[in-house]
Amino acid sequence: MNKKISLKHVLPFYLMILPGLFYLIIDKYIPMFGVMIAFKKLDFSKGILGSSWCGLKNFEFLFRSRDAFIITRNTILYNIAFFAAGTVLSIALAIMINEIRSKKASKLYQTAVLLPFLMSWVVISYLVYAYLSAETGLINNSVLKSMGKETVSWYQDKRYWPFILIFVNTWKGIGYTMIIYLSSIVGISQDYYEAARLDGAGKWKQIKTITLPLLKPTVLTLMIMSAGQIFRSDFGLFYQIPKNSGALYEVTRTIDVYVYQALMKNSDYGMSSAASVYQAVVGFVLILAVNKLVKKYNPESAIF
Amino acid sequence: MKSKEFYTTQILAHVFCAAAALLAILPFILLIVSSFTDNAWAAENGYSYFPGKFSLEAYQYIAVQWGQIGRAYMMTLLVTFLGTAVSILITTLFAYGISHQEIPGMRFVSFLLIFTMLFNGGLVATYYSYVRLYHIKNTIFAILVPGLLMNAFNVILVRNYFQFSIPVSLPEAARIDGASEFMTFRRIIFPLSKPIVATVGLMSALSYWNDWMNGMYYLTEREGGKYYTIQVLLNNINENLQVLIQNASRLSASGIKVNQLPSVTVRMAIAVIGILPIVVLYPFFQRYFVKGITLGGVKE
Repeated sequence: MNKKISLKHVLPFYLMILPGLFYLIIDKYIPMFGVMIAFKKLDFSKGILGSSWCGLKNFEFLFRSRDAFIITRNTILYNIAFFAAGTVLSIALAIMINEIRSKKASKLYQTAVLLPFLMSWVVISYLVYAYLSAETGLINNSVLKSMGKETVSWYQDKRYWPFILIFVNTWKGIGYTMIIYLSSIVGISQDYYEAARLDGAGKWKQIKTITLPLLKPTVLTLMIMSAGQIFRSDFGLFYQIPKNSGALYEVTRTIDVYVYQALMKNSDYGMSSAASVYQAVVGFVLILAVNKLVKKYNPESAIF
Repeated sequence: MKSKEFYTTQILAHVFCAAAALLAILPFILLIVSSFTDNAWAAENGYSYFPGKFSLEAYQYIAVQWGQIGRAYMMTLLVTFLGTAVSILITTLFAYGISHQEIPGMRFVSFLLIFTMLFNGGLVATYYSYVRLYHIKNTIFAILVPGLLMNAFNVILVRNYFQFSIPVSLPEAARIDGASEFMTFRRIIFPLSKPIVATVGLMSALSYWNDWMNGMYYLTEREGGKYYTIQVLLNNINENLQVLIQNASRLSASGIKVNQLPSVTVRMAIAVIGILPIVVLYPFFQRYFVKGITLGGVKE
């Protein structure tokens, strides 16, 4: 077939992509040029282009502060912890749900564990507050007091927060990853299990020798995706759940929260844009690097 | 006859899953019970699954104060419907356009789309663009446009559906019959894509319903308060409370009066109202969500 491409033929398609393309430009591409704010001494009366360059001054300020190390460490470590906890628990849950023979019960369990995923972090911060509030929280009032123990000022004591954040994040996200693993498990051919049963393998052995090994590609794909995102954090989680409590910053502040605070609370365009660009550039390099590595060793799992 | 192992497995699986389901639901139950608790009792004894005294006063308070809360609720509905409709329109049109990779330029446009998933200007530049260049601060566009109208992820889902699940012969036939491309899209492609449109539409509706960040960035209480959605309102209550906590010692000197803030149980009641439609509607739409998740979990 030798279709000639005439303008009349293709024009409708160009018109169709126009609104979306326009949106991409205003929502994504024009802000990309805004990264130059990080290299400027921003003067609002002159705009971005008119402001004078200041080289890497903003970055110098950022990396001289102790904050740079803390926010980078928190962002990376939480991502690793989230992935580890989420993977183990959601695979366990997916295997268990897959074992359940009653269709109704299985659907009910899935509905329940997916519910938190649909909620905004603001709403979840209300839920967490109901448990952790120092004055009216359930844990202090109903649990610790009745056990005769001393109450805890949860929002002032940073020791507990790595655990709380990992717990809350896993609680919200487990339904989502469970569904992904469940769909992989459902896709495994029953022949394998049939053969294993004939060989006298029990349930546990079947899970260990068939299900888990066959889930490896899915784990790998999700791992690559989160490795590429390791420099990004879920702003809502880290901003809403600790209620922006200053006493907790050392263990709750990630790059995204830092950028927000520097911009909105301190109107410090220099610091916040430096942190923002640092995150975007390192994140971009990481995604490319991870993809390249994967392409070399396991081309099937490469993202693009 | 079922083996002994069958029954042990079933019991174990049910116990494990029921525990997980309960863990997922319990916080919501506390939220709901708290909203029906007597305010004075809750202030004294804290939130509890078994409050000593029930009361409807939180909801009565909301009914009396319906002006602000009702307006926020209407705004949530408006933004969700309008945003989702526009989002579906531009997402499907864009996806249909770039599904025609043979047309010059479409490959480049696809690249532009994918690139937004890898790199972005970040909050500061985005904020600057929206506030200083497009001047959307304290307008309705503040909660409609930034970040939510179209995302690369949804476009790819829809494009894949157009490419792999709709037979090429259908639009060809329409073309031969003299239908315009827009007509073909409206009469054939779009109706055939209902499953995927439902999926991305629901994802989009959920993100509009749940969005509080745009409101926090681009609306101020004094001038943008009329555009507050329920989520933005909930966030605002949170922030006022933070100010209160941080200034506890200087409370009498500060401008905020304690009795202006929704009381212990009213806050929970507003949150209940905010999540109610999701909780009620979600079981009916569950399969579309599940579909969206499984489609998203596997790479394109």
